[in-house]
Amino acid sequence: MTGADAVTVTGLVKTFGTTRALDGLDLSVRTGEVHGFLGPNGAGKTTTLRVLLGLMNADGGTARLLGGDPWREATTLHRRLAYVPGDVTLWPGLSGGEIIDLLGRLRGGLNARRRAELLERFDLDPRKKARTYSKGNRQKVALVAALASDVELLLLDEPTSGLDPLMEDVFRQVIREELNRGDRTVLLSSHILAEVEALCDRVTIIRDGRAVETGTLAELRHLTRTSIRAELDRPADGLATLPGVHDLQVHGDRVSFAVDTAALAAALTCLTEAGVRNLVSRPPTLEELFLRHYVADRSAA
Amino acid sequence: MTSLAGTVALTRLALRLDRVRLPLWVVVIGILPAATAANYRKLYPTAADLAAITGVVDSPSLVAMGGPLFRVSLGGLTAWKVGATTFILAGLMSVLTLIRHTRTEEESGRLELVGSTVVGRHAALTAGLLTVALADAGTMLVTVLGLLKAGMPAPGSLALGLAIGLSGMAFAAIAAVCAQLTTAARTATGITSATLGGAYLLRALGDTGPTWLSWVSPIGWAIRIRAYAGEQWWVAGLFAGLVAALLTAAYVLRARRDVGAGLIPERPAAPAAGPELAGPLGLAWRQHRGSLLGWVIGVALAAAAMGGAVRGISSATNISQQMLDVLARMGGRKALVDQFLAAVVGIAGLTVTAYTVQATLRLRAEESAGHVEPLLATRVSRIRWALSHLTFSVGGTALLLAVFGAVTGAVYGLQVHDPVGQALRITGASLAQLPAAWVLTGIGVALFGLSPRLATLTWAALITCVLLVEFGVFLGLSDWAVDLSPFAHVPKLPGADFTVTPLAWLTGVAALLGIAGLTRFRRRDIG
Repeated sequence: MTGADAVTVTGLVKTFGTTRALDGLDLSVRTGEVHGFLGPNGAGKTTTLRVLLGLMNADGGTARLLGGDPWREATTLHRRLAYVPGDVTLWPGLSGGEIIDLLGRLRGGLNARRRAELLERFDLDPRKKARTYSKGNRQKVALVAALASDVELLLLDEPTSGLDPLMEDVFRQVIREELNRGDRTVLLSSHILAEVEALCDRVTIIRDGRAVETGTLAELRHLTRTSIRAELDRPADGLATLPGVHDLQVHGDRVSFAVDTAALAAALTCLTEAGVRNLVSRPPTLEELFLRHYVADRSAA
Repeated sequence: MTSLAGTVALTRLALRLDRVRLPLWVVVIGILPAATAANYRKLYPTAADLAAITGVVDSPSLVAMGGPLFRVSLGGLTAWKVGATTFILAGLMSVLTLIRHTRTEEESGRLELVGSTVVGRHAALTAGLLTVALADAGTMLVTVLGLLKAGMPAPGSLALGLAIGLSGMAFAAIAAVCAQLTTAARTATGITSATLGGAYLLRALGDTGPTWLSWVSPIGWAIRIRAYAGEQWWVAGLFAGLVAALLTAAYVLRARRDVGAGLIPERPAAPAAGPELAGPLGLAWRQHRGSLLGWVIGVALAAAAMGGAVRGISSATNISQQMLDVLARMGGRKALVDQFLAAVVGIAGLTVTAYTVQATLRLRAEESAGHVEPLLATRVSRIRWALSHLTFSVGGTALLLAVFGAVTGAVYGLQVHDPVGQALRITGASLAQLPAAWVLTGIGVALFGLSPRLATLTWAALITCVLLVEFGVFLGLSDWAVDLSPFAHVPKLPGADFTVTPLAWLTGVAALLGIAGLTRFRRRDIG
């Protein structure tokens, strides 16, 4: 399946003066998937997207986009993708509708029905001059322009920043619909974990210009702990000494703890032996996963 | 005065942001008068030497350029020579500075952040005005001290310095009003600069025709402070009155509007793009058309005024015998007309190049505003995008010079019953300036490609050209220094012999610079 990857980045390096914005980044996005690109501010997400768009030339490593070289074949590759920048600035004298049409035409065509539908769903007035739009509305202009284009790859850089919760929901629905068509690939850079969790098949987490974790959400969860709360008939004696059980708290007949995925079966056996009256198990959220990485890394550094 | 809270802090911020730019302006403008005076002293050590050139200086073409010579003396000549130039430069410095610290900040949204802190409603405007006032006062101080150092009489030196400083403040006050009217800083700068050009033009018309026209122009007033020629101090009162009235208007307008809003309301715009907005060129047209239209109108008006003034020159009676002798050798009164037209065309060339630079630097403005990224993420190539803007730098300049030549020639031609012939002749003369203007396009593109952060230095290059052409020979700079200005190589048409070699060279240099810049731009990072 690697041959069909929409994006393949290996060992990418980009320096600005003495700062290493990208420090050997690896990233691969499979065709047809929504790939979450997670990281805190300044981790190198936008720089990666700029390299992928051929706006910046990498100092080291390789990047392939839709089977081509993003630096040398920029304009031919750009026919097949649409980009929503993280900080959308628009030409102040043009109306939102004009900008949507312009960008669409520059990409090689726009689906007029889709354009009208998206304007309706995102509740955007295309008659206003861009200088009067709020941040959220500027974001909508860029989103409508990108989503109404018939392209294979969508590069979205924090696309919902500035959108209200209602609009975030519309965005998620639209992306899901895109996915159902099956031929679109989405690289979604974000630091909104709920969004990534709701939309993405696979995730790459980056920090300081390097990928620290990559895989499906299930795979990533595998690396972390499930939290469990239970009410028991009898005290579960073996629990405290079981390897892989953490943060155990016992209040009378109620216990709560976190358990490594590898030790889950043993912990459950232990609970069953003690007689389970009620059990709540919660898989790790992406947030916990994310925080674990950053908090751990930061304290290590 | 809570509405002024934070003014001091904002002024300090403005001065910090302008810590290189403003001192440069102040020194360049302030040194010019003293350098000129010192040089005249060298050239014309005695009163007799001075008297000998009077006839030449009194020629109507030179009066139209710099105003009347009020007194034949070292000081009188100095004030006449540097007057109009320094008044315009001081005006330009003040306009650009004021708009930058008021409407530009507001348009960018930075003022909103600042406004949410303990900053009063009038603080930004007041801080902008204080900054400009400091710059103008500094210019005045450097001027006066320089002139005194050059051994010039104190009252005249003070009067010239005052005239320069007050010109700056007058145009700052006009800019303060314009900054309230429009939401776009670019438009505000455009309107005020047009007023500046109009004021110069009115004065040129008044000085060669009905005098009252000079009295409605601040530049006319500044000349009529009459430094070194029986100072008319009361003219400073006119400035004070104008500035007070305009500033009152600006503050009243400011108090009545919201942050970010203009007085001209926004109308609903087109919900969809027309067929012309389909590529980079269509987009560039939308961005350049307003400015280009403004320039066409301004240039046509100036050309009509200049074309109208020619006849007054050919029929002038106040020409000295000495001048007539010179003219006879050069080819009689027709030569006088051609000399005037050549001077006018030369100034038009330099002025129109301001449009050239502005249009070229749109490249950098678009890049730093973040507008390029979404465009280059489509199938538009970098070169195609850059060329869309350069079309206006290269073609727009040609259009403006052609309009200037055609209108000047036609208006003059109507008076001598040869409108078409004169229009063609002056259009040709005007277009000869084109390769020199294109060199500035080349410099702009080269800087944009090689070192985008330094792209604004293209303006410094233009100002250097103006100073070299207008003052270089005169300040005793060696030929090679003056020859650095592309405009020094343009044949002085009409009148002089047309030679194609320098124009071909200039075009070649412009093309090379442009290609170097674009080649580098293809390979550098965007942003």
